[in-house]
Amino acid sequence: MLRKLFKFHGGVKPQTNKTESTTAPIGQVPLPDRLVIPLHQAVGGHPRPLVAPGDKVFKGQRIGGADGNLSSAVHASTSGIVRDVAPALMPHTSGLEALSVIIEPDGDDAWGQLDTINFRSAPPDEVRDYLRDAGVVGLGGAVFPSYAKLKPGKEGRLKTLVINGAECEPFITCDDLLMRERAPEMLKGIIAMRHMLQAEEVLIGIEDNKPEAVAAVQAAIAASGETGIEAVAIPTRYPAGGAKQLIRVLTGIEVPHGRRSTDFGVQCFNVGTAFSIYEALEFGRPLISRVVTVAGNVNAPRNYDVLIGTPMDHLVRLAGPRADTDRYIMGGPMMGVRLPRFDVPVVKATNCILVGSAALFPAPAPEMPCIRCGECAKACPADLAPFEMYWFSRAKNFGKAQEYHLFDCIECGCCSFVCPSHIPLVDYFRFSKSEIWAREREKEAADAARDRFEFKNYRQEREKQEKAEKLAAKAAATREKVAAEGAAPAADAPSAPAAKPKPSVDPAKLALIEAAMEKARQQKAQAAPKNTEVAAPEIKAEMAAIDARREAAGADKPADAPPASGA
Amino acid sequence: MLTALLVMTGIALVLGALLGFASIKFKVEGDPLVDKIDAILPQTQCGQCGFPGCRPYATAIAGGEAEINQCPPGGEEGIRKLADLLGREFKPLSEEHGVEKPKSVAVIDEQTCIGCTLCIQACPVDAIVGAAKQLHTIIASECTGCELCLAPCPVDCIVMEPIAETVDTWKWRYPVFEIKAAA
Repeated sequence: MLRKLFKFHGGVKPQTNKTESTTAPIGQVPLPDRLVIPLHQAVGGHPRPLVAPGDKVFKGQRIGGADGNLSSAVHASTSGIVRDVAPALMPHTSGLEALSVIIEPDGDDAWGQLDTINFRSAPPDEVRDYLRDAGVVGLGGAVFPSYAKLKPGKEGRLKTLVINGAECEPFITCDDLLMRERAPEMLKGIIAMRHMLQAEEVLIGIEDNKPEAVAAVQAAIAASGETGIEAVAIPTRYPAGGAKQLIRVLTGIEVPHGRRSTDFGVQCFNVGTAFSIYEALEFGRPLISRVVTVAGNVNAPRNYDVLIGTPMDHLVRLAGPRADTDRYIMGGPMMGVRLPRFDVPVVKATNCILVGSAALFPAPAPEMPCIRCGECAKACPADLAPFEMYWFSRAKNFGKAQEYHLFDCIECGCCSFVCPSHIPLVDYFRFSKSEIWAREREKEAADAARDRFEFKNYRQEREKQEKAEKLAAKAAATREKVAAEGAAPAADAPSAPAAKPKPSVDPAKLALIEAAMEKARQQKAQAAPKNTEVAAPEIKAEMAAIDARREAAGADKPADAPPASGA
Repeated sequence: MLTALLVMTGIALVLGALLGFASIKFKVEGDPLVDKIDAILPQTQCGQCGFPGCRPYATAIAGGEAEINQCPPGGEEGIRKLADLLGREFKPLSEEHGVEKPKSVAVIDEQTCIGCTLCIQACPVDAIVGAAKQLHTIIASECTGCELCLAPCPVDCIVMEPIAETVDTWKWRYPVFEIKAAA
């Protein structure tokens, strides 16, 4: 059957550079001396550490528990000893550290107890929780927790499940090799996802520059005998692997601004995610490794099955980096980010380590003024007007940039690629986005502080009022009591003023004062030193001795004088 | 002539009644300008502006009693926003009210705290928990960094620590390119 395919707006055709790394099969990596596993590897809340330094961990043991609504667990990639739970450098442009678990492998690579789940019989919520605790996240690059996406929309079923094997970015071939070598397993993962989402049809989109992958997936589908699953070769055009772009190409649906693809009955997953779902459901193995492409300035570009937490330089050494290597880029040349150091760990988001040198990626030409040629708008796959957003981002007029739908930008880099003035447009957009997020955080904090301040004022008012009411009630009660006992004080009243001649004092008030003083006397009589009950017997004996001495010494002093404490 | 007068008077009366009705029906509580100014202020409630909280300062600005450059936590950007909103000229931060500092949170040294509750009473946003003769601690996520707890502490056990940048709060820098001098 020939499927009708659609086109997305814009896009570019950069040199793909993919053939070099597809000649060898997926390689294995010897265990490194230590693994650094960052706890926060997915979109959403920070997992809390479940291990402490010195603990022995098994391969696949959970070391970070999912926390909050949207979070995903993290696991030990091999068996060994936890050396430290401390901040370590992240594979992130910022060069900042984040809490990580540092494991020294014991070399056994021994799995712990693994529980599996039957996705067909278990309730869907349980399967989702299971996948959350297995740490399965989207391996296409966004690392969004997969369990949160495995919910059918409002209708309870999905029309189309799109599996993303397009892999459009130059140099990256990890999905290609995964499909070539592990298509039957990946297909089982897809069948599980299809069951959970109750999807009518499954479309696996693969760019037509990967004929081996298309053939392998098609063979696997034929062998499985499943119907309604189709591997579709789509035209090679960057960024066909963007979720919205792939959905557009395969189904013709254009997901509008502010909506989600599930509103239109479509959900999209990466092929690598499908494989990890298979591993988790079939064997109970959490996501502890992934296929990573090592390409660029190396002698033997290749794909490797890499444990999460492996230092990148350990991995790159296998591919033979050339002498002039001066940088690692995580991701491809279009969207990748430059890393602060060579020894940062491989994380779930690492699809490719692009080894770079000044010769391979020369410094960008100096930025020239924007001539408003509109090339960027023609190339933009999200149908935006990058030159307008650039204009406002450059002027730090973030409100206006947002009006031009800055947050629909997928940072694919097509605009920077085509710009004749060499303007790094995406850098400006990233700058704008993070500034806007920072402002939103500040705004939220200010609103919360205002609420708390107003509540504190309200609380203080209320407490003042309550205190006043309490005092008034107490005074009234005492007054009543005095009035009830009225006869006796009234009889004594004439003698009391006689002693202190103050005829203006109201006898009722006097009685009140007398009552208060009587109460104070009683309280004083009852009061005993309160912090000596728990003292040891010898200390108590010592205290008694001191008291006795003090009494003996103070015998000649007036009885009611305070014993030398005021001196 | 008389008809014309009557008609005009009639129209005047009807319109007057309408306006009177509208002014009661659509009465705006409070000054909306104060709300707008208050929304720009950082809500630290620190009182560095000389007013007891952000809202009183907003009211004073709206009433023309205060300058727009008296809020150190809001910084230069806050002053710019206020200048934009009020159509006034931008002014640098007034020095007598303080200097702009990096965002910080208060931290109580637990070894020194004597549990006097004075800081709890001073905190404008109830971000300190504790009780008499019990150790106090600061809820870092609620602390606005106003420094109002520093002065009342009798044992000086509170220090301000700048908030460190994390991977989540890190911001992409403004793109800057080195320009090489022509040889």
